[in-house]
Amino acid sequence: MNGFTTIIMQDIKLAIRTGGSTITLLTFYISIGVIMPIAIGPDKQLLAFLAPAIVWIAALLSTLLGLERLFVADHEDGTLLVLTHADISMPAIALAKLIAHWLITALPLILATPVLAVMLFMDWPTFVAIILALLLGSPALIALGGVGAAIAVTLKRGGVIAPILIMPLAVPILIFGISATSSLAGPGASNAALLFLSAFSLLSVAFAPFAIALALRTAAE
Amino acid sequence: MTQTAPTKQPNWFSRLAHPGVYLNWSAYLVVPLIIATIITFGIGLWFAFFNSPADYQMGETVRIMYIHVPNAWLSQMVYAVMAVSAIGSLVWRHPLADVSMKAAAPLGAAFTAIALFTGALWGRPTWGTFWEWDGRMTSTLILFLMYVGLVALWSTFNDQSKGARTIAVFTLVGAINIPIIKFSVDWWNTLHQPSIISTEGLSMPASIATPLLIMMLAFTLLFFTLHMVAMRSEILRRRANNLERRHIAQKMDVTS
Repeated sequence: MNGFTTIIMQDIKLAIRTGGSTITLLTFYISIGVIMPIAIGPDKQLLAFLAPAIVWIAALLSTLLGLERLFVADHEDGTLLVLTHADISMPAIALAKLIAHWLITALPLILATPVLAVMLFMDWPTFVAIILALLLGSPALIALGGVGAAIAVTLKRGGVIAPILIMPLAVPILIFGISATSSLAGPGASNAALLFLSAFSLLSVAFAPFAIALALRTAAE
Repeated sequence: MTQTAPTKQPNWFSRLAHPGVYLNWSAYLVVPLIIATIITFGIGLWFAFFNSPADYQMGETVRIMYIHVPNAWLSQMVYAVMAVSAIGSLVWRHPLADVSMKAAAPLGAAFTAIALFTGALWGRPTWGTFWEWDGRMTSTLILFLMYVGLVALWSTFNDQSKGARTIAVFTLVGAINIPIIKFSVDWWNTLHQPSIISTEGLSMPASIATPLLIMMLAFTLLFFTLHMVAMRSEILRRRANNLERRHIAQKMDVTS
């Protein structure tokens, strides 16, 4: 087992043994699905129409919420400093952390989406489309959020600022994600938006580790 | 066999970019820049108000364009200035690049805010609405949010030189993202008129293009003037902070 997989496994183990954070995140995600119908009203057709937007907003907010602690704990207990002297490069460490974080947070959210689908009266094609779009779009969310989390590491009061910084950058994910959902489920299905979403994910996953590594190295100095 | 490498003389650019040297030579430029800005504004405003025709469709409201378009142009140009400074800050760790990046952020936010505000004022009589979720307005609004985020980010750092590198990373991530955001928002909804100044040349009569170009030059000069003054005061502020810190440190040495 090399350093890369060790970091992934360690983060997953930590998440399982300390528990809590994933459950909190899932509760938050589902809560948005509960709050929305209460605010909008129990109109079945309206909710079904708004369902993709609600699910995407819930996913965006939950991901941003979960990212806050991505690197902060490692920075506080000195793990980050040790990792800067590790045998593998900093971008590789950042990528490993991102993969682990996707497995801990984004994947459970996607697995919990059926609950939202039932509460929002989603039809079957929309449900399939949104799962597909979430699977392809969430890596970009995590990667961009990772940049925000790495920037927030050095700040003493950085908790609120990371989501503010990341939200504008997440606009393309939201646009392509929702557009992919409606165009896949609707008549005259087209996968153009889905392809753009995948392209954005690939691009952000390719670039984000380097940006994160730069920010983390500054933090460890 | 110890052969020392010849010490590299700094080239003219890095000599000029030393913060202290910058303070010296920029002092001579501030007043001429202010004068040039005022003169260009005078000519531009005179053209805009008295020597350009009212549009046959939009009437007198077309004059809002002479404020709106230059600010919209600056909203993007200032980010380019910040992105170039961010590269300078990351690659050469140059303190002047940090200062330039920091000085540009609030200016960019202000120009973008003016572009949005005049756009709303212009939209009301011509489109019948203050706000429309059209592609270009939305991406300008998102740009504004990014500027505000950057200004807020600067204020959270106690150590400005350490903060500069982190902020440079984010500025560049934003610079890569801006074209993607623009594209995605255009895909999402488009209403706006196409770009006025395109590769095919101007798509408007010279009587309107002349004041517009002069006003764009005037606002660009305004930006460079304000940017230079802001950079100078930022350098002086850092010096004052250092002096203060050194003073406190000396005091503590004496007492201990």
